[in-house]
Amino acid sequence: MRFPVVLSLLLTAPLLAADPRQSISVSAAISLKDALTEIVQTYDSPGNIRVQLNFGASGTLAAQIAQGAPADVFISAGSAEMDQLAAQNLIDPATRRDICSNELALVVPADAAFIPRSFADLADPRIARIAIGQPKIVPAGRYAAQVFDRMKISQAVAAKLVFGENVRQVLYFVERGEVDAAVVYATDVAAAAGKVRVAATADPSLHDPIVYPAVVLTHNSDPAAARDFLDYLSSPESRKALAAAGFIVPSAATTTRPSPTTAAAP
Amino acid sequence: MTPSASTPGADLYGVDPLWHAALFSLEIAATATVLAALIAVPLAWYLARRRSAIKNLLEALLIVPLVLPPTVVGYALIVLLGRRGWLGAMIARHFNGYTILFRPQGAVVAALVVALPLLYLPAKAGFVSVERELEDVARLLGAGRWRTFWQVSLPLARRQIAAGCLLAFARALGEFGATLMVLGDLAGHRTLPIVIYDATAGADDSQAVGAVLVLSVISLVVVLIFNRFPFSQRG
Repeated sequence: MRFPVVLSLLLTAPLLAADPRQSISVSAAISLKDALTEIVQTYDSPGNIRVQLNFGASGTLAAQIAQGAPADVFISAGSAEMDQLAAQNLIDPATRRDICSNELALVVPADAAFIPRSFADLADPRIARIAIGQPKIVPAGRYAAQVFDRMKISQAVAAKLVFGENVRQVLYFVERGEVDAAVVYATDVAAAAGKVRVAATADPSLHDPIVYPAVVLTHNSDPAAARDFLDYLSSPESRKALAAAGFIVPSAATTTRPSPTTAAAP
Repeated sequence: MTPSASTPGADLYGVDPLWHAALFSLEIAATATVLAALIAVPLAWYLARRRSAIKNLLEALLIVPLVLPPTVVGYALIVLLGRRGWLGAMIARHFNGYTILFRPQGAVVAALVVALPLLYLPAKAGFVSVERELEDVARLLGAGRWRTFWQVSLPLARRQIAAGCLLAFARALGEFGATLMVLGDLAGHRTLPIVIYDATAGADDSQAVGAVLVLSVISLVVVLIFNRFPFSQRG
């Protein structure tokens, strides 16, 4: 019976065949998912290069890159992950720039009976479960933990916390009403339109600045293509798309940050 | 990487000690196995007898988690038992907002669902292999159905049931996908596979290696017991 053998070879052929078009791989914070997907659709690269997007928690992506995952561009939801890769000489520091920034929001299910007026209300017994990102790998969770720390409610909320593996999973928990409150980015709320409502926004002085540094990585298959895509992220089209998604886009003059002096990691 | 490493709050999100995660995993897996045995053995005995369309459907439902991705099982459990799930909403209404999500009970349910088929299939094979004449003789000699089950069918199928228990335990111990969705990632309530996932995602190699070693050793012991066990002999 040769037929099954032939058939199975035919079925695997598309997987084994190389895509004739060249591609660059972009690892990006999952909070950028909707905005970046839209940006890539309007991206018209010089060499007709395909952009492959890989979304995840910034910490997870940084760990993958540190372990040798093939990625050309990295966009993190925080400086810490970028600094960590910089300390290992895995990024091209000259290409590093912050493409946008974000705010931290306290959200509740749309039909929640109790709506906290501020982060301090999370200590209230009517809030039984709070979802945040796993602080070790999810920047949004790290910022949330900083807010809890600085508001001195860490002990009060500790037993209520459920950790998500990325910020979109946190959003899903609150969207389904499985938790009473969650801390996500202000921009994530649009992805759960109608199902969650924003109860409060964190005072930016209570957490590290939520910036999205983008960078070309050192182990790179096509640095020119990666740089071109990075430049496109600062283009008026991209800035418009990011702003439409609710991100705070810096004025054009401050977009580029040639040599970060804050890159020193412990 | 964690700026708050020196602040008092840092411990709240920190890693669980390995022994803690190992004990928690064993506890979840053992509970799930006992529950699986209580459900699968009587069902296997019942379904090993005459077939019907309903029985076939019931059996298929029982076995399908074996081939479904655990994420599908996890999603189904959230939709069914979540606060807004049709069963979960009912439970929450009657039990003061109780939900199995984000609780050890959720992990037990996830492990139970994926482990059930591994206990059910060998148990059913065991009951099928029991010679009908022996059961008929027991009935002729005056034993009721209950007594026949306890004194004839169950003892004759015990080796296959024991094999199923070991397989179910091993599967429950390694359960990750559905557990992550139903139990979530809770400080102090992390199973070994979740500790491994967190550690690799956070590039914490020492923690990952430790958890991988502990889980591998436990699994290896289970497989060794399984291989040494005289399952096929009749006793």
